[in-house]
Amino acid sequence: MSHHFVEFKDVHFRYPDGSSALNGASFRISHGESVGIVGANGAGKSTLLMHINGHLLPSSGSIVVGDLQLDKHTRQDIRKKVGLVFQNPDDQLFMPTVFDDVAFGPLNLGISADRIAERVEEALDTVGCLKLKDKPPHHLSSGQKSAVAIATVIAMRPDILVMDEPASNLDPKSRRQLIELLKAFEHTKIVASHDLDLILDVCKRCIVIKDGRVAADGPAEAILSNKALLEGNNLELPLSLQKQSINKESTSMDDMAKLNHLLHHWKEHNDEHAATYREWAAKAEQAGKSELAETLRGIYGAAKNLSSLFDEAMKKT
Amino acid sequence: MHMADALLSPAAGATFWAGTLAAIAYCSKKLKETMDEKMVPLMGVLGAFIFAAQMINFTIPATGSSGHLGGGMILSIVLGPYAAFVVMASVLTVQALFFADGGLLALGCNIWNLGIYPCFIAYPLIYKPLAGSGATSGRITAAAMISGVVGLQLGAFSVVLQTLLSGRSELPFNTFVLLMQPIHLGIGIVEGFVTAGVINFIKSARPEIIESAFSTRPIAAGVSLRNVLVGLSVAALLTGGTLSWFASANPDGLEWSIEKTFGKPELPEQPQGITHSLKRVQEATSFLPDYSFRKTGEKTESAGAGEKAEVWPNVESGKSLSGMVGSGIVIGMILLIGFSIKAVKKKT
Amino acid sequence: MFDTEFFNLGYLDRLSYQNTFIHRIDPRIKLISSLMFIVAVVSFPKYAVTGLLPFFIFPVLFLTLGDIPFRFILKKILFVSPFAVFIGIFNPLLDSQPALNFLGFTVSRGWMSFVSIMLKFSLTISAALLLIATTSFPGICFAMQKLRIPKAFVAQLLFLYRYLFVLMEEAMKIVRARDMRSFNKRGKGIKHFVPLIGVLFIRTVDRAERVYNAMLARGFNGKIYSTKAYALTMSDILFIFASVGLILLFRVVNLTTLIGRWTTG
Repeated sequence: MSHHFVEFKDVHFRYPDGSSALNGASFRISHGESVGIVGANGAGKSTLLMHINGHLLPSSGSIVVGDLQLDKHTRQDIRKKVGLVFQNPDDQLFMPTVFDDVAFGPLNLGISADRIAERVEEALDTVGCLKLKDKPPHHLSSGQKSAVAIATVIAMRPDILVMDEPASNLDPKSRRQLIELLKAFEHTKIVASHDLDLILDVCKRCIVIKDGRVAADGPAEAILSNKALLEGNNLELPLSLQKQSINKESTSMDDMAKLNHLLHHWKEHNDEHAATYREWAAKAEQAGKSELAETLRGIYGAAKNLSSLFDEAMKKT
Repeated sequence: MHMADALLSPAAGATFWAGTLAAIAYCSKKLKETMDEKMVPLMGVLGAFIFAAQMINFTIPATGSSGHLGGGMILSIVLGPYAAFVVMASVLTVQALFFADGGLLALGCNIWNLGIYPCFIAYPLIYKPLAGSGATSGRITAAAMISGVVGLQLGAFSVVLQTLLSGRSELPFNTFVLLMQPIHLGIGIVEGFVTAGVINFIKSARPEIIESAFSTRPIAAGVSLRNVLVGLSVAALLTGGTLSWFASANPDGLEWSIEKTFGKPELPEQPQGITHSLKRVQEATSFLPDYSFRKTGEKTESAGAGEKAEVWPNVESGKSLSGMVGSGIVIGMILLIGFSIKAVKKKT
Repeated sequence: MFDTEFFNLGYLDRLSYQNTFIHRIDPRIKLISSLMFIVAVVSFPKYAVTGLLPFFIFPVLFLTLGDIPFRFILKKILFVSPFAVFIGIFNPLLDSQPALNFLGFTVSRGWMSFVSIMLKFSLTISAALLLIATTSFPGICFAMQKLRIPKAFVAQLLFLYRYLFVLMEEAMKIVRARDMRSFNKRGKGIKHFVPLIGVLFIRTVDRAERVYNAMLARGFNGKIYSTKAYALTMSDILFIFASVGLILLFRVVNLTTLIGRWTTG
């Protein structure tokens, strides 16, 4: 399994009408990451998503998904790895019943008819919509439609889940349910949205796109709390952070609060990494490389120590 | 205007269904051969568009009445005739079910009247040659007007023929034609105007939609189109011929069996004997403008006099009475069944 | 106007997803028996009146067993009646030969054939409406496919159905926006209708493009597979035998006059 799951290298794209949408976008997204993509209207977010899935092919530059370089011949295979959930579930759900719609992708992948029901029910169950399976899509609420749209994609078992504005048109409760659902997925996730609070909740990493280029790339907490950066990109602080900064301004402890946030974020990352080290140590042991396993366990121990140091620092802020 | 089941005879309904089904099968085959996959969602969504657009009314200038979009021409121009016909057929099918426009037997006639004429006659024979490929908006307007009018005139005339062939209405040919054609002339002009407006609008806002229709779907030139028309007419004639032959040999199939069982027709009804059917066929095949199918108000048609005497043997009050009483009892029983089911259902 | 029609359509659609005895009958069975019913009704000759009456048991059974509101169906039937009435009303005007005599009243053949047209009209139209009210549209499409209607056409019907409500809602929004800002007859003429339809059309084409992309994203290769498998149950078989039997009986034997003759001696 290759480490880098999606890699854009200096990708340019020009629409047939001459307008350029991507001007040298470059980034790497690794397995298991959750990445938010933000930017002003027309910054190139949607164009970028359409590239990940091979709907559009770059005018120049290269895109690698998994171990495949995107071109005319590989786009079909890349689509099997990348599940793209469109912004409007009415575009996504085109079959007469929920069941047929979720079955559409797997059937095209060649899943046999007798195993299809199992696949469909599993996907619907994941998004909590199993009881809707015989309904026609136009009898669903917006929230249900969004959830089913996600099920249509996860039924294909993609490695990467790409979503364009997953929560637009959702009422607050449905939006919250969707956020919880997305958090629970272990897929590599790429979410483009103007809903910065959603990005903050769901994604660890955030990429800001401006004029078809990557304007900033880093931990979501850091990027989304950088007021100057966001406002330079027609964005603003997520509401949850706006509230905090109001509180902080009154006690003039802006930087400390921010540091606390960052520490919290760092610790979370570190904890996750620590778990991975341990997993690989176990795998190395199984493979008979006990020395390597020992070293990896050492790294794991150090990471655990680091974690407690973060805790300490947080207490002191 | 939609043809209705109640005005049709089974033979006429089946004939047009046969023609329509043949056309659907032919177009489906054609689409399968030539279609790019992109057309699948485009046709589906455009069908829904036509359906929705037909529900939007607009006021017709100077009359105050309201009109709506027909759609056959717009679809032909954008999708080409085969796809357009399939889309029209689907729209009419959904309307027949959800709006009960005409009914299911008449659906064959309605698809024929509102699909075949615009898609396979007005569009290829009138619109295309008139508008050409690099058309100006003036030419488009003229072409859409003329083809819209012709398409609807043919459709209206077809309604007249279907009604007369079925023999359920007393309307004489001349009167009926004089009723239908002028009304549909007005509707056709308005529809042509709207079609032209919409096509010109799309052309200025998103020229590629219509250009791609011209470049990627050359609509298979005249040859195969002629095949379609020839094939359809043959199919329709064959079925129509067979059915009317069958009808003349056995007076309406079932009636014949009634006669056999009971010795005479049970109802005060008009048996369709050989002479009658022959006369019908003759009527259908020799319509000339000054020929009237059934002379208005004429009590004794020389051809049908003897037969009618036989049809209506006697006005006998005893029979009428039993008919009335029977009707009352039957209706009463049906209502009773209905109400008792309702009552039982409410309880459970 | 648009709003009412839109909601009526949605209501009818929702009715078709109920779960009653009639709704559970296999769509193929219901489609076939509805078609037989219609052909049997229409095959009655021009002046038949009494023979048609027993057929009303079918709509009554569908209405009651299928939990379909009678007034709703009646309204829809009345709504589409003008053409049949318009054509039929010429019959009493043009054919005044006496047909029967009852308690001193003479009824003309024209009136008999007019009543016959109206009876046939209500029977056939209610058959179509009750078929869709008790069978989901995808079910009917499935039945059509089994009856050898070309697959491309069935797929087209299913697509149309799926986007019907989406597009009607879009059209409704546009119409509301128009009506909100137009007064008397101003703003509702052709001049404004054309760009309105044009905009709706362009949005539709764009939507088709997005749908196509969504299909490609899930591996669409020109084929649409179907997974539905209906199996005929015992009640389906009983239903088809009972309905075909009754239809034939009503068509061959005029129960109304028979009963009338018995009772009047």
